[in-house]
Amino acid sequence: MPDNEDDVITKLVVLGSDSVLPIDAALKIYESKTGIVIKETCFGTMVTGSRADVNQVVKEVVALDKNHIFVKERGFPPGDDRRCRASRGGGTRPGFYFMQEEAGMLPIIGKALDNYEKGLPAKEVERKKRMKVSQLKDIIESTS
Amino acid sequence: MAKVIIYPTNSLILSDLVERFGHKPLAMMEKIKEKVATVGVDSPPLNITAEEPKNGLKYAAVEVPAGVRGRMAIVGPMVDDAEAGIIVSESPMAFGCMGCARTNELTKFLIRDRGIPLLELDFPKDDDEGQEFVYKIADFLKSLPDGEAEA
Repeated sequence: MPDNEDDVITKLVVLGSDSVLPIDAALKIYESKTGIVIKETCFGTMVTGSRADVNQVVKEVVALDKNHIFVKERGFPPGDDRRCRASRGGGTRPGFYFMQEEAGMLPIIGKALDNYEKGLPAKEVERKKRMKVSQLKDIIESTS
Repeated sequence: MAKVIIYPTNSLILSDLVERFGHKPLAMMEKIKEKVATVGVDSPPLNITAEEPKNGLKYAAVEVPAGVRGRMAIVGPMVDDAEAGIIVSESPMAFGCMGCARTNELTKFLIRDRGIPLLELDFPKDDDEGQEFVYKIADFLKSLPDGEAEA
């Protein structure tokens, strides 16, 4: 099904940037369009509006620091009773835990995107291998 | 532009990277949005109607818990629709709509079973792993039909 430009969508703009603060992103959105609802949050902003407007505004915000600002669509609009903690008696909203974990990885991903853009060659990564059962058995037997 | 299914299906990083490199991510959020925005589907705190477990029967047997079938009613059509896939394991957390281990197993199996171009890797833990993670995803996405350079 093709995307309808008039659909009302919500996008999460998550900042992993050292130079752009949530308020900078919010100001950029405020000065862009009038038909858009935004909500500032600790991790960035939520932008709601018609698909065409939201995509345009999000593009402008991402341009502030393109490798360190990340975007995904959100199912529920901001303040929806089924998700908003004000109406659910407090606590973190479902889905926030995973995003919080991913937000912690954004500096790593942003740095890697910078390197990819510069054309730096990929590094070989040596991963720690899990110990074999026989090795563990040897260690146990050698200490007993 | 290829339709790329991502696993975890609600991942911010994967959804962003797929879109960044010129493809369409097939993610849980868009499907949930369709449910939330559809008039008549409004049963807080759930957005699954009685029809969903029936639709899920295409992907999971009747003795499988209704929660799995309900989730598969949303995830299954995404897998059917996909032209490529990225599976990232060692997920630090999988709460919310990703919180069902059996659904996750079945989703990964169905993606692998489709025989579409597939990239499998782990979530990064440090800078070097992060670089490898991004480079592999970028190269994979660029190798897909109509893959665009980073905008």
